[in-house]
Amino acid sequence: MSWNRRHLLTLEELSLAELDQIHATAASFKKILTRSVKKVPALRGKTIVNLFLEPSTRTRMAFDMAAKRLSADTISLDAKSSSTTKGESLRDTAQNIEALQADMIVVRHSAPGSPLYLSKILGIPVINAGDGAHEHPTQGLLDTFTMRERLGSLKGRRVVILGDILYSRVARSNIQALKTFGADVTLVGPSTLVPKHLEALGVTVSHDLRSALADAEVVMLLRIQHERQNAGMFPSIGEYTSMFGLNQQRAAWLHPNAIIMHPGPINRGVEIDSELADGPRSVILDQVTNGIAVRMAVLYLCAGGQPEYVTPTG
Amino acid sequence: MPALWIQNARVIDPANKRNAVGDLFVKNGLIVADLSAADKKKAKVIDGTNLVACPGLVDIHVHFREPGQTHKENIATGSHCAAAGGFTTVVCMPNTSPPASNTGTIQYIKDVIKRDAVVKVLTTGCITVDMKGEALAPIGSLAKAGVVAITDDGDCVQSNELMRRACEYAKMFELPIMDHCQDHSMTVDAVMNEGEVSARLGLKGWPNAAEDLIVSRNAILATYTGAHIHMQHISSRNAVEIIRRAKDRGVSISAEATPHHIALTDKCIEGYDPKFKMNPPLRTAEDQEAIIEGLRDGTIDIIATDHAPHTDYEKDKEFDYAPNGILGLETALPVTLDILLRKNRFSLPKVVDLMTRKPADLLKLAAGTLSVGAAADICLFDPKEKWTYDARAGFSKSSNSPWDGEELQGRIKTTIVDGRVVYDGKNVRKR
Ligand SMILES: [Zn+2]
Repeated sequence: MSWNRRHLLTLEELSLAELDQIHATAASFKKILTRSVKKVPALRGKTIVNLFLEPSTRTRMAFDMAAKRLSADTISLDAKSSSTTKGESLRDTAQNIEALQADMIVVRHSAPGSPLYLSKILGIPVINAGDGAHEHPTQGLLDTFTMRERLGSLKGRRVVILGDILYSRVARSNIQALKTFGADVTLVGPSTLVPKHLEALGVTVSHDLRSALADAEVVMLLRIQHERQNAGMFPSIGEYTSMFGLNQQRAAWLHPNAIIMHPGPINRGVEIDSELADGPRSVILDQVTNGIAVRMAVLYLCAGGQPEYVTPTG
Repeated sequence: MPALWIQNARVIDPANKRNAVGDLFVKNGLIVADLSAADKKKAKVIDGTNLVACPGLVDIHVHFREPGQTHKENIATGSHCAAAGGFTTVVCMPNTSPPASNTGTIQYIKDVIKRDAVVKVLTTGCITVDMKGEALAPIGSLAKAGVVAITDDGDCVQSNELMRRACEYAKMFELPIMDHCQDHSMTVDAVMNEGEVSARLGLKGWPNAAEDLIVSRNAILATYTGAHIHMQHISSRNAVEIIRRAKDRGVSISAEATPHHIALTDKCIEGYDPKFKMNPPLRTAEDQEAIIEGLRDGTIDIIATDHAPHTDYEKDKEFDYAPNGILGLETALPVTLDILLRKNRFSLPKVVDLMTRKPADLLKLAAGTLSVGAAADICLFDPKEKWTYDARAGFSKSSNSPWDGEELQGRIKTTIVDGRVVYDGKNVRKR
């Protein structure tokens, strides 16, 4: 089976076969990361522009590193260095990037749907690096890749996503991929951040941490933003932690083999206690490493490379 | 001006309970019962075979963007859209720049109307100074200058106390208050309906409750002050129910629905296309059903378009950043016929009533009737004709319509204002 998608905009639109292809390609790229020369010539001569109109250090660094591991040239533009602060439209900015003969554009933008919009305007591949509260497909890919490394097949596995789901693109991409993999997803958190209508995503919504965590094999924590408290979404950080923070006692409710995930950056002592974040169940740093391999796979496939070593999902 | 003789049309005139094939006569710009033999010889004859002849349509909610944003529309082009849509009387919203909150601006607008408009364009004034929601506009002077209502449309007066005073004050002049019902504190950065679709798309939601609260407030203030409050573009099912119950108690309120809220839902936004971005936002199928039921039982009094032009480059943006609003005048009748007549079995006279006599009566306008002696404002349309709407080939300066490129059924053939043909099915008679 061959890869025939030019853009990566959402995980909602990817089939199980396509998710498998990306993961399999990522697995082969991950091996390269352990070599002394961590570089392949797959995208030599190609130029990738990282258009990050919303600040992000981690994702941008990971995309940049992934592109360099594939021997591509990269250019990074942020809101300050692009002309958008001078009132230039996104259309004009993107068309300029294309006219400069870039081969691919990686876009992070606060407005949901903006990568889709760019994909309709541009003739080059568009990779969504996070569009507002909509999706963050490479994060969902690296998270599910990490889960599969630890747990094998995700079919029927109990995955809990805990925290600010309403505004989380990470949650949305994970939910979409997990659904395709056949996992059983529960969203948990305060009702203001995890409203009932999220059930439209095909998941269970719960506000009871104990029953949600019971026997879960994955718990994925999301960062709590201080702005949400100011917006009246919950009374205080202290109250959040007392109601929904993950500590040793609560982690004991999980399945014995459960893993603990977090897309970072972590608020130690808020979403999660330090001893858990650094403990044996935590795969937080594996997620970071896998982020490079997965992004290499996405850049490579969307640039026209073909998947190798594809193994069927169990 | 020659007399007009419209022959053999299905004449629908709800004001006079007329609904039969027959002729219509016009002399000196007025509807007359018949013409003399001599007049008949000289009269301009319009063949109405297979057409409906009804009072010129009346829209009490349009944005013509003059003064201040005439790159989107102006009174001339707005009135051309109206004529092409079968409308002979329209009411302009005051959220121009500057906003129409003083008599100078009203006079300016009226001068432009007199010079440029091909249909009857009426003005409204703001409730508050510059629509800031802080102090009452000179409502008495605005009434004297001839505004037919006051509204801060586009915005909503947030202070209950100020709204109460506006009601009390406007009541002195028997001036209706029209309100865009939106609690701003609940809709910060909101760009679409809050619900399942917004949850999936990650777009910030505008909950029904923000509309329902203000609708309730207005019902309470109308009761308390005795002023008449008209709720603009109702989009929420609960709001319909609140209005229904208040009307049952005899509260002096009224409400309108737009063609787009009865025709489209928030599912349309799945491709993040800003041509579906409007305020209030497109809601769910349940809201839609409730609004249609409201129109059926009279809870919602009328159809109004909220014709809101924006240029291509303003709409060609990330969904979050595109402005709210769509064109409405040229597609209003076919879209309404499609939803109410064909899909929900409203009678044709009922649909005509919602777009003619009832909106005219609401603001006490001399329009919406074919009574003998009334101004000869007439619309002739073919309810069956199918055509494809090309927004760029239309009469607006803008083309922001969800129906651009869509096939519609029901087409305006002739629009007559004061006995003069202003639209002949192809061209607008320019001034
Ligand atoms: Zn409005």
